[in-house]
Amino acid sequence: MAPGDILVDVRGVAKHYGEGETRVDALRSVDLRVHVGEVIALLGPSGSGKTTLLNVIGCILAPTAGRVELDGDAVFDGKWLRSDLRRLRLDKIGFIFQAHNLLPFLTAEENVSVVLDLAGWTAERGRARARELLDYLEVGHRAKVKPALLSGGEAQRVAIARALSNRPRIILADEPTAALDSGRAQLVMDLLRKLASDQKACIIAVTHDEKIFDRFDRLIHLRDGRLVDS
Amino acid sequence: MNLAIKDIRHGLFRFVLTCLGLGLLMTVVLAMIGIYNGLVADALAVVKAPAADVWVVEAGTQGPFAEASSIPATTRDAVARMPGVAEAGAITYQTIEASHAGKTLRLYVIGFEPGRPGGPQRIAEGRGLGRSHFELLSDRKTGLVAGETIRLGRDRFTVVGLVEDAMNSGGDPAVYVTLADALTLQTAMDPAAARVQAARGDGGLRPPTVAAVVARLQPGADVALLTATVREWKHLSALSQGEQEQLLLASVVDRARRQIGLFLGILLSVSAVVIALIIYTMTMEKLKQIATLKLIGAPDRTIVGLIVQQALILGISGLGIGLALILLVKDSFPRRVVLEPFNALVLTGIILMVCLVASGLGVRAALKVDPATALGG
Repeated sequence: MAPGDILVDVRGVAKHYGEGETRVDALRSVDLRVHVGEVIALLGPSGSGKTTLLNVIGCILAPTAGRVELDGDAVFDGKWLRSDLRRLRLDKIGFIFQAHNLLPFLTAEENVSVVLDLAGWTAERGRARARELLDYLEVGHRAKVKPALLSGGEAQRVAIARALSNRPRIILADEPTAALDSGRAQLVMDLLRKLASDQKACIIAVTHDEKIFDRFDRLIHLRDGRLVDS
Repeated sequence: MNLAIKDIRHGLFRFVLTCLGLGLLMTVVLAMIGIYNGLVADALAVVKAPAADVWVVEAGTQGPFAEASSIPATTRDAVARMPGVAEAGAITYQTIEASHAGKTLRLYVIGFEPGRPGGPQRIAEGRGLGRSHFELLSDRKTGLVAGETIRLGRDRFTVVGLVEDAMNSGGDPAVYVTLADALTLQTAMDPAAARVQAARGDGGLRPPTVAAVVARLQPGADVALLTATVREWKHLSALSQGEQEQLLLASVVDRARRQIGLFLGILLSVSAVVIALIIYTMTMEKLKQIATLKLIGAPDRTIVGLIVQQALILGISGLGIGLALILLVKDSFPRRVVLEPFNALVLTGIILMVCLVASGLGVRAALKVDPATALGG
């Protein structure tokens, strides 16, 4: 693959909490490259550093050491302000949560368009884009419904629509199928694969769901903060 | 997209209940402000009623409201002849209890000379005193109506007109009678008591005395010069209208005013704490949603806007409900509740400030939220 195809480039990233006897090394010299269209899974036992790595790639947590490059931008190099990182998240990163985390006071359509509103889109364009995504994910008929009235599958699809709304190139998913039954989980993974391909994005998912392992291009194993194999 | 409004509409019932609770608190605050104003207005009403420039009272006293004052009724002629005086009138004040329609009325009887300063400035209903005896003008709060009669002392008086907002600093509604009737009321005794008094050899006639003489000055006349001249008479003292009002506020209602003022301060402090607590709790309940918003890239101003707008809407709604309620019930209070637009404006300013400061606590908590908490782990 060409260098321009690398969307996530993590080199020698380390992260530790505390010092001295209380020091915990969550990540130890992690190297990871994710390319356009790739769908990868981060696997490992609890405390292995999966969520920490996801937080570092998501610009939520600064690494103690190492270099992180996202879609060509070297972040955490000391020049990025908190507001710059937030803008980067808004423009380039989409998040899919285990518990979908939809805002309960917004309808399905508004939950999607809120990202576009924050990104500066006009309300009309935002609504149109939200409807387009909801229709694509086959939940367009539930656009005016609040999250409390959506089924688990519907809510997860709305959350995916929200993650994709601003056409991010990096999609981070935390247990995206944990709340779904086996059939729905397969459908969601197929959908994510298709989106990664269509939008020239990459998807990094933390998962324990063995039923969907075959839907990933690579399985990245983490243990004690280190990459075991890939 | 206004997230604050969307969130309020989502939990509208709960928000309305919160506003209602705050509104009731605001009603109490406004009631206290109204009672405070009413106390001052009531106290000043009786002083302002004669629309006088100068009050001539007994020497060495601060009468007739702060202390008892008694001067010869003839003083009025002497004052009326002074240079610069346009007109003068003698006036008396006394509080009596009278039975009417099976109830006991506590009345503040003001005796004045019709056609001279001392009477009411405006008659709301009926007419002024036309005869020299046995007619009275009554404040509406007495419950008396025009045409009714009431026994005061040994005589029965007919209500010929009604006035408004005439009362003493204790809130007793006023009735106006002629000076002659007022002097009779002051001196008239039960026949048996009069006989005992006569038997003691004390039945002689005494010159009539009044509480004060009020004077209106000619345009351009010097109030200070006139009061100074009156004070030279040794047996008299004089106060300007401003001094009389100040005296009344400082001596008669000052303690009550400070008491209510202090209570009002405590009430406002309690309101501030309650508002802060409500806003803080509302924010804490939304921390997960705030973390999600931050994670998807919402700037701080969106988060701050969400909290501050909700705080302001809460404060303004509470104040609106409070205003509506107090306007509905203020006339049911036994004493006057006076609310001026200025009071509402000042309270609005205070509540807005309280909301802003209170939302600061919520904003601080919200800005400290780690967006990673939305992801879990």
